[in-house]
Order: sequence, then structure tokens, then C-alpha cells
Amino acid sequence: MSDKPKVAFYWCASCGGCEETVVDLEEKLLDVVAAVDIVYWPVALDFKRHELETMPDGSIVATFLNGAIRTTEQEEMAQLLRKKSQLLFAFGSCSHLGGIPGLANLWDRERILPTVYRESPSTPNPEGTVPRRVSKVNGDALSLPGLFDTVRTLDQVVDVDYYVPGCPPTPKILLAALDALLNGKLPEKGTVLAPDQALCEECPRKESRPEQLSLAEVKRPHQVLIDETTCLLAQGVLCLGPATRAGCEALCVKGNMPCTGCFGPTSRVKDFGGKALSAMASVAGGKDEAEIARAFENIPDSVGTFYRYSLPSSLLRRKRLEAGR
Amino acid sequence: MSEPERRRITIDPVTRLEGHGRIEICLDERGEVDRAYFQVPELRGFEKFCEGRLAEDMPQITSRICGVCPTAHHMASVKALDSLYQVDPPPAAKKIRELVYSTFMAEDHILHFYFLGGPDFIVGPSAPAAERNVLGVIAKVGVEVGRKVITTRRKLRELSALAGGKAIHPVLGLPGGVAKALKREDQARFCEVAKETVDFALFTLDTFEKVVLKNTDYVNLILSDTFTHRTYYMGMVDKSNQINFYDGPIRVVSPSGEEFIKFRSESYLDYLTEHVEPWTYMKFCFLKPVGWKGFTEGPESGVYCVAPLARLNASERMATPLAQEAREQFYATLGSKPVHHTLANHWARIVELLYAAERMQELSADPQIIDPHVRTLPIATPREGIGVVEAPRGTLIHHYQTDEKGIIRKANLIVATQNNAARIALGVEKTAKAFIRAGNISDGILNMVEMTFRAYDPCLGCATHSMPGNMPLNIRVRDRQGRILAILQRDSEGRIHKR
Repeated sequence: MSDKPKVAFYWCASCGGCEETVVDLEEKLLDVVAAVDIVYWPVALDFKRHELETMPDGSIVATFLNGAIRTTEQEEMAQLLRKKSQLLFAFGSCSHLGGIPGLANLWDRERILPTVYRESPSTPNPEGTVPRRVSKVNGDALSLPGLFDTVRTLDQVVDVDYYVPGCPPTPKILLAALDALLNGKLPEKGTVLAPDQALCEECPRKESRPEQLSLAEVKRPHQVLIDETTCLLAQGVLCLGPATRAGCEALCVKGNMPCTGCFGPTSRVKDFGGKALSAMASVAGGKDEAEIARAFENIPDSVGTFYRYSLPSSLLRRKRLEAGR
Repeated sequence: MSEPERRRITIDPVTRLEGHGRIEICLDERGEVDRAYFQVPELRGFEKFCEGRLAEDMPQITSRICGVCPTAHHMASVKALDSLYQVDPPPAAKKIRELVYSTFMAEDHILHFYFLGGPDFIVGPSAPAAERNVLGVIAKVGVEVGRKVITTRRKLRELSALAGGKAIHPVLGLPGGVAKALKREDQARFCEVAKETVDFALFTLDTFEKVVLKNTDYVNLILSDTFTHRTYYMGMVDKSNQINFYDGPIRVVSPSGEEFIKFRSESYLDYLTEHVEPWTYMKFCFLKPVGWKGFTEGPESGVYCVAPLARLNASERMATPLAQEAREQFYATLGSKPVHHTLANHWARIVELLYAAERMQELSADPQIIDPHVRTLPIATPREGIGVVEAPRGTLIHHYQTDEKGIIRKANLIVATQNNAARIALGVEKTAKAFIRAGNISDGILNMVEMTFRAYDPCLGCATHSMPGNMPLNIRVRDRQGRILAILQRDSEGRIHKR
């Protein structure tokens, strides 16, 4: 093996979109491969866990880990990769904030398993079989990792050095992170590697945003024809741009849809959903509480709207577990 | 316990496929394979946490099921929303959706052939492991070609982002249409890239013919009984029984090739059912009218197959001329329809790539595609909606029930690879049985087992892109209690070491 810096990619509870971002480096991927040795990357390379276990601690310069922590196996892998790596990057919304799989924190394991395996209309399951940690089949014991009740962010499980935000991060954001890593330009530990300002600052519709926004009635995107050049909030469509960190270059807005907050908050904010809610409340029109409440009536799913990518990292983290669990 | 201890071979994690997977192989006392299990060790529980969400958010939420085929989930979802709100999108919107979808299908099939499945053939099934990847492919076909692969893929991704905001997790779909109309200059770009993609698909077909079909060993491998399963096949067709990725009824043919059933997507529950096993988080689909008879093949077993080979088998022709020619050559070479050879999926995938590219060309040349009228506002009270598309890896079904405000009450999802799950399990066991004899294992053997599931491009493994570097593999031999008896290592030169 050469003396090039060793880098690893791994995934936990995620969709694989972050891995696709790496492939979407396209021509530049070849430059990356020339600069580093990728020593672990199950999606692309056949190195096995056993080999990772035998590597000296701290021998990997940096690991980019995407996905939230949902199973016992993912927790073990996060701990193992932390031990083997000098730097650990939480890569993408799921490891950074919990991501969309983090919405499972509205339930617990005992509610999720029956829904999937017993109550689905296409799953007649008279014996009520559900996957088990250990099952005997044909005399053989087969095991599965366990599911936790609570989905966690990576930094709720192990120490994290840097965060690369986004669902998924854009190739440009990833390339900037790799450049900082390889050229000794990394900022202070704990930094989110994207511009520390609101998305509105880089939005192509910035100029059309009125000085004084006044949202009299929130409109759901399917209920209104959206003009392609005007600020979405000015059209009454809930856009989380004011609360969301910049860096994606307003891709969803360029697709004529509102920002849903996947890059998370800027550095001054702990709880993204709380910030988003307060940003929206501050632009709500109406003289009194009742009028403001009316303006917001058309948001029947506040968790999915404001905490879509960040429930596990929020102050509440999850819906309360039943007593005794 | 008086039970005899059985040797166990574990491959964990299965690599070079999207998601988490594991294979457990149990040997009998003679070292022959008794059983093999393909396990999926993860569950995220989308069906539960979609409850309470807003219906119009589903195309974006469910695309996070898979970041490699997000566009498939996005489209199945938005079609379910059309049905939920009983709204018919304007013609331009339907065409934009199908254009974006064809662009995505072409890109995804290219990714699989050059980065994942192709190396086994282009470089060779028993070539040194270190070369069996995309760099090996480039070494074999030339740097110029490698560049062409990367550039073609990049251009297709750029078009997806142009129309859908983002290539990964697009935002264009709304009930009754799309968020954004196409502009004249966008159309010109689509036309240009579509033409290039047709040429690239033809080039890929030609490469396959030269590298695979002219090699007797490969052809024998494809035709061998080990990689053959006689099952039912399912795919979406248009009214003339031609393959369609975006819309149409679902057609199922029997192992002997006759039409078995043809149904509208709304009635999928009458025909498709999922079976649960305690040893994996993945559910196994089977045909309800036939029933679950375990992991067996033939007309008595409800096990069926989806994805490129299945779509060719379940249809009667291709809707575009060049793809139809390619299809005729496919059946002329591999014998009568249906073709049961799993490895023929790779060829079928290129035939589909050509169709996707030709369809892009047709749609992007359509003057109506730039009509600014791309939304019909939904006014009906939502209640229930079902949407189906053909994902690159097979038929994908989204089914939602909501309250009158459009809040999801129940979501049921049948994802592409679940349809193939039982046949993949069958295939892994069959290759393991054929190749692991008297307990002997070699690099070539391991790769043969891997090639079985790789042919399906499984969606627990959609993101499949080989990277340069060494590709060792570890197999741990365990006893029944899970104690490791031996570790077999395949190094970067393909040598097997026993520790």
C-alpha cells in the first residue's frame, strides 16, 4: 500500500444518495483516487470488516460516514471507525442531524415492526412472523442486528470532528471538504463545512423578497401555481430558506419548489426546527394570535415540515417512549 | 446438544451493492452446501414514519428510500398522488415526467453496466480481483471509452437536475403535474444529449457483443443450468404489450411464456403478496394466485422475477426501432422466450438502455414538451392513491391512504428488489451448491456466488460503482455456535490464504 493518506467511506441508516454524490464527482473522482487510498468502502470495494478491525488505531486519516445510527451493527461500526480514524466526518443530513430516517423517532421499535410485517395490506402473516435477533432455521441459528427504539445522529454515538451537510451534500461541498482535508485547510473542530449564512443569501430569487414579508395564509405547494421568479415566501409557500444554511446554491428553488431545510441550521442555532418555526412565525401576517394561528392552519404536519431532517438532533430528540421502555 | 456441528461460511458484509447484505452458507458433513441464506440486516421503517406526513411531501420523503433510484420512488409517489387527488396532469407534464424518467433510467443502467455488473464480463469472471472493477474496464476498453462513460453519465445527471432541481432527490413532482415547465433551450439540450445517449447505447451493445457474445466461455456460463431459474416474469407494458417504464398495466407471464395475468396497478393487492421470514428484514414477494411454496421455482411456485430480463420476457416487443432490433437479436441468440438465464439480465439491461435513450429522443423532439401548461390543480378530496412505475430494478408500487386534508394514514410500499428477493435467494443457494464442493473455496468460486446477485443489481445494492484498488474478500468459516473455525482471505492478486 502506498503512503498516500488513507480515507474510508461508510454508511449506516441512509439511502445511498451520499455515496452517489461521491460518484457524481465524475471526472474529478479520478483526481481524488489519485490523491488518496480508499481503504474501506463497502459499496464499491470488497474490503471486509475483519480487515478494518486489524488496521492500527488512527491509521485512517479521515472517514466520511453517512447515515444515522439505527441498529446495533451501525453503532459498532461507528465506534470501530472512530477508533481507526484520526478524523471523523459526519457526511450528509442523516449522520449530521438524523435525516429522514430520524422521523422514526415519532414511534418506537415495537410500533414499527408490526406495521411493516403484520399490518401491511400486502402481507398476510397469520403466524405473525417478524424478524428476530436470532432465529433457528433448518437447525441453523441465523442472527440479525437489533433495532434501537431511537435513531441517533453520529455525534450522539461517537465524537465527530466535522460535518458535511445536505441531503445529499452536493459534489461541490464534498470536493471543498476533501480539498480542506488534503491541503491542511480544515477549520476548527466541530465546524459544519458550508457557508455560515442563510440560504436566502445565495438564492436566485433574493431580489424579489419583499422588505416586509407578511404571510397571511400558508399555501401548500400543490394548491397553488408557483411563479418561477418570485420569492416563494412572497407567494405564500412555506420556504425554509431563511432558517437553513447556504451551500446547495438553492437547488430546490431552481426546481421551482421550496427549501425544506436539508442543510440544517447555521452555527448560531441548536434546534433547527425551532429556528425554522420562529422564522416563519416572524413573517406571519396578522394582528393577533388568532390571525397568526389561522395563517398557519394549513400546516397540518409541523414535525414533517420543520423537523423533516433533524428530529434526532432536536432538543426533544424523539416522542416520549411508553413508560417502562 | 447431540446435533452434529455444521460448517458455516459467512460473507459479511456483502460488498459492491447498495445497502447492507450478508450471505450465510451452511455445509453438511461432506462439505457440500446444504442451505444458503441471503440476509438483509437493516430496516428503516418508512411505512411507519410516512404516517402523519403530508401527501404532497411523499415524492420527496420516499425518494430517500434509495439515493441511487430516487427518481423511481419520486415518480411512483407522484403517480400515487395523481390517483389520490383524481387529477390528470396536462400532456406536457406527463411528457416531462417520462422524459426525466427516461433520462434517469439511461443513467442508472449505464452505472450498473460499467461500474458494477460489466466488470465480471469485460474484465472476466475469474480475472484477478484487483482488476475486476471500473478501472479494469477502462484498461480493457481504453481510456477514451472510460472518459465517454463518465461524460455521458455526467450529462444525463445535469439534465435531471435541470428539469428536477436535483439529480439525487428531485423535486419536480406534484399531484397533477410538475413544478417547472421546460424551456426551449432546455429542450435543445435534451435533444442533443438524447442523440449522444443513443449512440452511446449502440456502442455499449456493440461492446457487449464483441466482449461477451463472441466468447464461448461466457456464452456457456450465461446458458449454464447453475444460473438458470424457471419462474414467472413481471413487467409494465403499454396497450400493445410493449415495455413501458412510466405507465401501463402490469403483465405477468408464466415460466412457459404464456400471459398468466395482466392487471391494472390499482388492483395489485389481488395479485402480489409479501412473505415474512424471521431471519431477514427483507420481505419476499410472491404471486397470490399461485401461492407461496417456499424458495422453489417452476409453475407451481409463486416466485417471480422483475427487472430488465423479466421486462423483456413479460412484454412482446420494444416501442422503439433500434431497441426492437436489439431485442430480436437477444431472443435469436438465447433461444425461445422466456429466457430463464439470470446472467442475461446484463444484456437485457443494455437493450433497455437503448430504449430509454430512444424514448428520450422521441420525447425531447416533441413540440408539446415545452408547453408552459404543466399543472392541473387538484380539487378532489383525497382518500386513496396507488402509483406504479418500473424502477431500473423492477416494478415499484406506492400505495397511500389519507384523511381529507391529505395527511397520510397508511402507506404501503413494494420496492423493486423485494419482487426479486426470493429468486435472488434461490440463485445464491444454487450457485453456492454448484461451486462449493467438498468444502473447497477459491476466488473464482466466491465471485460466481457474487455474480448471482449482481446480475439483478439489487436495490439493497443499487449504488454500485467499483473503485480502483485492491478487492480482497474474507470468508469466515464458523461452526454452528458461530465460532470462527477458519478465515479464508482473497488478496488483491486473487490468491486464497487460509489463516
